[in-house]
Amino acid sequence: MNVPVLVVTIFFLLQTRNFLNTKEKMPVWDKRLIGAAVILASLFVIDKILDTNGAYELKATWVCYVALAFNVLVVYIASKRYPPARALLLSLIPFLVVLALTSFVRTFLPTSLYNPYKDVFETSVGFAYVWVFSLFGYAARQRKSYSKEHQARIDREEAERRERQMLEGLVQERTQELTQQKAEITRQKEELELALSELRATQDQLVQREKLASLGELTAGIAHEIQNPLNFVNNFSEVSVDLVAELLEERQRPADERDAGLEDELLSDLSQNLTKISHHGQRASGIVRNMLQHSRTSTGQREPTDLNALADEYLRLSYHGLRAKDKSFNASFRTELDETLPPVKVVSQDIGRVLLNLFNNAFYAVQQRQISERQSGTLKGFAYQPTVVVVTIQTPVGVEIQVRDNGTGMSEEVQQKIFQPFFTTKPSGSGTGLGLSLSYEIITKGHGGTLLLDSKDGVGTTFTILLPAT
Amino acid sequence: MSNKVIEQRDYRLLTDDYRLSFPMTHILVVDDEPDVQPLFEQRFRRETRSGTVHLTFASSGEEALQIFNARPHEAVLILSDINMPGMSGLELLRHIRTVTPDRPPVVMMITAYGDAESHQQAMDLGADDFLAKPLDFNSLKEKLANLPV
Repeated sequence: MNVPVLVVTIFFLLQTRNFLNTKEKMPVWDKRLIGAAVILASLFVIDKILDTNGAYELKATWVCYVALAFNVLVVYIASKRYPPARALLLSLIPFLVVLALTSFVRTFLPTSLYNPYKDVFETSVGFAYVWVFSLFGYAARQRKSYSKEHQARIDREEAERRERQMLEGLVQERTQELTQQKAEITRQKEELELALSELRATQDQLVQREKLASLGELTAGIAHEIQNPLNFVNNFSEVSVDLVAELLEERQRPADERDAGLEDELLSDLSQNLTKISHHGQRASGIVRNMLQHSRTSTGQREPTDLNALADEYLRLSYHGLRAKDKSFNASFRTELDETLPPVKVVSQDIGRVLLNLFNNAFYAVQQRQISERQSGTLKGFAYQPTVVVVTIQTPVGVEIQVRDNGTGMSEEVQQKIFQPFFTTKPSGSGTGLGLSLSYEIITKGHGGTLLLDSKDGVGTTFTILLPAT
Repeated sequence: MSNKVIEQRDYRLLTDDYRLSFPMTHILVVDDEPDVQPLFEQRFRRETRSGTVHLTFASSGEEALQIFNARPHEAVLILSDINMPGMSGLELLRHIRTVTPDRPPVVMMITAYGDAESHQQAMDLGADDFLAKPLDFNSLKEKLANLPV
């Protein structure tokens, strides 16, 4: 029995288990390897006992070779999937071959063949031992570095997997966010569209309300303006009845007592009165007609219009309207009209609205200044005379209408914003903030004209309408 | 018309003694409506002819004040429209009251705005009466007849 071979074999059977980690990866082979090691160990004991008796020698060494061969087979199978096993294979196979061959030659072949080369065989066996252990050491190192590398790869893969997972999660998250954003945008778009259509409707309503508001401001002025001519119509007709009675009385007198001069005077008064009645009646109906025109939706039709008459009429209406609201208010107003002004083709309702708006603003401005001047308590303050003037001028390029006031005037800042919709300097609830922006549109877009502003804070304001000659 | 002008001039040239022998009411009518003049002239035709009433007209508060300042004794009664451009009727009233506090004329206010506020304001400033438009000439004449001249 060759003890070193046995030791080496058992050593390798057990080391192979460890090397290949068969316990976990190849449980079947693991048991067989253990079994082989146990059998070999017990064989050694039996061999020792029998050897001592000297009965016969068991061929235990050959069993060791078989076991080693079995070991080689196991390692070979494992090496297909596990590269470090190849180094182990490289260590085991030459060892097995050299030892088996040497044993074979020494045991079975004639001694004449072995003896002359005894040294060679023994040296080879020695080398085989050195080889098997040094290569085992090499294999063990390889295995270590391999497992390190393997672990690193696993770690790397794990890291990559995690990163990928994270990225996927991120993409998913982002996608979800985008979907949500898209839904949100769509929702907002729908909301905005709805709001826009609501705004359009509101704008139309506001324009209508602005019209009604200016009409409301007019009402008191209109009442005053109609009442006045009506009073004259009534008064002149009443007095005419008296005149006719007086005339009849005179005519019933005897011919020689009749006063021809008185009769003539009565008759001329009567005729004058009838003219006045007709004049004032027409004045009243003219106001009613214009009032209806103002409230009616504009036809947008441009017609030749007497701008002087329009300016004069709206100036009065505006004044009396404001006067009706504030009894303590008083202002001078006058017209400086160019009598040579030809009829101008305009949408008279629209221009009327613009003029009314400018007059209302002008009277409002002088009223505000009057209030503050009176509050100042100075002599100059009490001497302040609120004045609004409307001027018409025929120029080579068209017609110019100026509305001047010596009211509060406007700061630069206010002037910048004065034509913006919803901008108002009046206390909330008093103005719609649409008057001047609508006026601006009517003059510029509606008539291709210009609306100019010249104002000085604390001095007064002049609005100038320029209408091009058509 | 020319006849009337002479008549007016005659009245202005009258001496106080002569004027006192005839009870004549001098009325200064203030209104910015020019047609008020023919209306009053016709309404007061008989009174003017008989010499009991003399009418003077002013178309603004400023003009009225001028006339009144020149001849304060002439203005016995002022019919003034409260709602006038320029100097308002109320301002005119205040001026008149400050010019001749010792011999106040009778002032009647006439307005188209017959509201309580204007009424109170006029009374506070010393108006003797407050009439609303349209003017009732019969009641006006009645009031004139009962004037404490």
